[in-house]
Order: sequence, then C-alpha cells, then structure tokens
Amino acid sequence: MNPRETMMDVSELKRPRRWHILVFLTPALLIYTAVMILPLIETLRQSFFNTVDGEYTFVGLGNFSVLFGDPRWASDFWNALRNNVVFFLIHMAVQNPIGIALAAMLSVPKLRFSTFYRTAIFLPTLLSFVIVGFIWKLILSPIWGVAPYLMDLVGLKWLFAPWLGRPDSALIAVSLISVWQYIGIPMMLIYAALLNIPDEVIEAAELDGITGWSQFWKIKLPLILPAIGIVSILTFVGNFNAFDLIYTVQGALAGPDGSTDILGTLLYRTFFGFQLQLGDRSMGATIATVMFLIILAGVSLYLFVIQRRMRRYQF
Amino acid sequence: MSKARTSLARTGAVHFALIAYTLVALFPVFLTIANSFKSRNAIFREPLAVPTPETFSLIGYETVLKQGDFIGYFQNSVIVTVVSIALVLLFGAMAAFALSEYRFRGNTLMGLYLALGIMIPIRLGTVAILQGMVATNLVNTLTALILVYTAQGLPLAVFILSEFMRTVSDDLKNAGRIDGLSEYAIFFRLVLPLVRPAMATVAVFTMIPIWNDLWFPLILAPAEPTKTITLGSQIFIGQFVTNWNAVLSALSLAIFPVLILYVIFSRQLIRGITAGAVK
Repeated sequence: MNPRETMMDVSELKRPRRWHILVFLTPALLIYTAVMILPLIETLRQSFFNTVDGEYTFVGLGNFSVLFGDPRWASDFWNALRNNVVFFLIHMAVQNPIGIALAAMLSVPKLRFSTFYRTAIFLPTLLSFVIVGFIWKLILSPIWGVAPYLMDLVGLKWLFAPWLGRPDSALIAVSLISVWQYIGIPMMLIYAALLNIPDEVIEAAELDGITGWSQFWKIKLPLILPAIGIVSILTFVGNFNAFDLIYTVQGALAGPDGSTDILGTLLYRTFFGFQLQLGDRSMGATIATVMFLIILAGVSLYLFVIQRRMRRYQF
Repeated sequence: MSKARTSLARTGAVHFALIAYTLVALFPVFLTIANSFKSRNAIFREPLAVPTPETFSLIGYETVLKQGDFIGYFQNSVIVTVVSIALVLLFGAMAAFALSEYRFRGNTLMGLYLALGIMIPIRLGTVAILQGMVATNLVNTLTALILVYTAQGLPLAVFILSEFMRTVSDDLKNAGRIDGLSEYAIFFRLVLPLVRPAMATVAVFTMIPIWNDLWFPLILAPAEPTKTITLGSQIFIGQFVTNWNAVLSALSLAIFPVLILYVIFSRQLIRGITAGAVK
C-alpha cells in the first residue's frame, strides 16, 4: 500500500482510488456530521412534531403558531425576542465605538506600552461568563458597596441604584457587562485592520493635507468597514445564542420579572423545565429552530448583501 | 516646535485614555483576587485595599477546598479540554490536508459543508444531542463533552489549517513522494511540523470556549463526578452566596488557570487574531 504518485494531478483519472483521501477526511466528517449536523437537522425536524393526546404526531407548523400566538407561550417568546434585540443593539451601539476608539489609539505609531494595553484590555474576553457574571454581581451589589463607593469618588453617588435588581435597568446592566467582557474582540480585529492599511495611502492623504480627525473619518474608517462588518456578524451570532451570562447573573428565570430573558434562557427553561415548569422537548426544538432561522437570516444578510457591497469600496 | 508640543499632548491624551480603560478592564479581576486573601471584616470595611498582614486570611480558600471537590472539577476540565484539543488538531489537520492537497470531486462542497459550523452554533442542536447521548448512554460522561467540543472546534480548525497548508511548498511534498514516502508520511513527517505555528493558534482558539463553557456541562454532564470547573464553581458559588470569602476564593481559583495560560500564550493568541482575521 504505497502509491507511487510522482505525477501530480496529471494522470488523475487513471489512478487507482486514492484511499488516503478518505482516511484523512473520515474522522473529522464523522464526528462533525454525527454530533453537529445530524442533531441540528433532527432538532429542526422535531419542531414539526408534538404530543397530541398522548401520541407523538406530525403537527405541521402547529408548534410555531402556539409559540407566536398562544397566550401561554407568546408573551414569553416575544418578550425574550424583544430583549434579545435590545441586547444586540446595546452591544452594537457601545461595543463598536469603544472598540474602534481603543483600536485607533493603539495603532498610533510608536506608542509605548501598546503591547501591555492590548494584553490587559483583552484579558476579560478570556474569562468565563461565570467568573465575569459573579464578579460584576458582587461589584454592583449594594451590600458590598464597591460601586457606590467608587461613584462617590467622582461625586455621582446619587446615581447609584441596584441596577441588576430593577426591571427597567437590569437588561442594560447585563448587556454592558457583556460588552465589558467582549470589547477585546472588536478592538483586536479593528486594530489588525488599521495596521493593514498601506502606508502609501496614509502618506498620500498627509500630502493632501488630510491629517488627524479628518484622516480617520475620511480615509481609515471606510477602509476598516469590512472588519466592522465581521465584528457585527460575530456579535449577532453570539448574542442570539447567548445564555451563560444571564443564567449566571440572573438565574434561569432571567429576572427580575423576566426583564432579562433572552432566547437562550427561554430555550433552556422550555426544554429542561425549571422549578414548576415541566420540560417540553417539542417546544424546545421549536425555539431552537426559531433561533436557527434568525441566525441564518443574519449570516445570509451579511454574506450576500453587506459583504458584497463592501467589497466595492476596497482598492 | 509647536507641532512637537501638540503631538506630545496628543500622545499624553492617548495614554491617559488607554490607562483609564485598562483600569476598567483589570479592576474587577484585581478586586476579586485581592479580596479573596482578606478576612471577612476587611472585605467589607475596605474593599479596595490590598491585603495587609493584619487583614490577610486564607479562610475562603480553606472553605472552598474543604467543601467543593475543586481538584476533581479541575481535573475534569483539563481532561475534556486537552483531549478535545488533541482530537480537533489531529482530525482537523487531516481533513485540512485532504482538502488543500488533493483535487477530487466534491472538494469545494466538502469545504463549504465543514465551514457551515463556523457560523451556526452547535448549541441549537442541543435537543437532539441530548437525546443522542441518552440513547448511547453517554450522559454524565466526559466522553459526551469531548465529542461535542471536538465537533464544535473542527470547522474553524479545518478552515484555518487548510489556509496555512496551501502555503507549504509543493516541491517539498513532491520531493518526498519521489523519495518513496507514503501520503501519510508526507502529512505527518513533512507537513505537520511546518504548520506548527498555525496549530498553536488553533489550539488557543479552541481552548477558550471549551474551558469556559457552561451550557453543555450543565446539560450533558451535571453529575458530581463529571462537573467541569466552570459548572462546579457556578454551582458552588450559588450555594455559598452569603459566604463572601468562599465566593471570592472560588472565583479566584477559576481565574488563575486562565491568567497563567494567557501569560504564556498571549503573544500567540494576539498574533493569531491580528493575522488571520482580516484579509
């Protein structure tokens, strides 16, 4: 079994079956298909089935109409979806501008300690949600009083409130914790994009008298738009699939009063049950299918519309 | 002259802003670790102070090590992470080699099929994954977690590694073929050593989400003997909410391994992100 294939790609058709290709591909394909693709398809399939009168039958889009319309499910679902959208919008509105600003500052030529800043600011991204969630829960806790103490130093103590415990501010607080954790990723990707801008472009701009702020807005920002696009789609997928942070900070019920409930926590409660609620496999599969469609829509929009349009601006 | 001064002022402002954000990023971690070494009174009286000889106390760590089986959790996490990374690297590199080296029918399609998993999260299949694990009696085993994480890590690994393998010189491989090396020998003895830097990048990228994951341990392996450190500390902290020493110590214990790994691998990780991400 030693194929003497010294003639590459020439006598491809005449060669005996190249078993080694199969050997190289099989392990990865097998695990990937069996543990990821098939369960995904099976989950999508189960969203069309439910138990009716003790029998497991095909119900068509029945589960979906229950999820979107039945009073027992619909309010929870729309609440979770709305919260998830807000969660995403807060990420986009806070994380991207700060990420761009940090990246722009880091890319100032010959900046000292820039490796240290980069390493330090990226650190939270590596911590698990459990650690991040609990740390911030402690810091924001009125019992410990670290947050009010710090705010007192800058004379803002009157602003302090137990943000995580109030329905009107809990979602914003949790989103900002998540932004704090993930700021490293936009910072890094945009930093890399800024470094990739050819020096000639910058020099040409300087010769034309475009420097400082206007250089950033007119030259650099359009050139890093593709990186911002990647960051946005990564954030989108991550946000509509998020679970751990909310589970850690607010529990499976995503309190107070469901104000931080997003699709991930709703899926968990629905599928596995929580306290008095019994687990429901079919509705769990239905929610997972909705999440799949949302993510698929976002990714397709990015790949087929946004990314294509962006290419045209590139040199 | 005045230009030099304004640029000095600007650099100053940049440093100021970056230092400010660095503090925001590091402060919570510092606060947790510093307070984990203090007595209960000191934690509340002066949360911002570093531990002094008078306030120093290891009571939190004693509680954690006595109550929770943290060493066991830690072991589970290490086993799951190391075995998953090894499988991802081996199988991912093999598949990447097949896709980048040989021309065969369905090559592009296969590449796209494997790339699907980069964007679609594996979590969405949880309902059926759990059923499959129940059917094969793998619930509450580390094998279940290893299988899931291997499947989760493969798409990105294949993608990154096949990009790198395209850069390995054809002449080298053909020279190997003329010398009578089998395709397997070419892969293991010629190509793998050359893509080692890329393997390191993939390893770091694969490791972080596995080590930090809460979802799959919670669902597939919540039993005491198979808890990972992330799930273990989550449950432990949930039970000891009022024991601040124990909570802070448990958090610190969960932070240390990540900190140590980051110090070792940070350069690799950052280089990986900044080189691979933007074309």
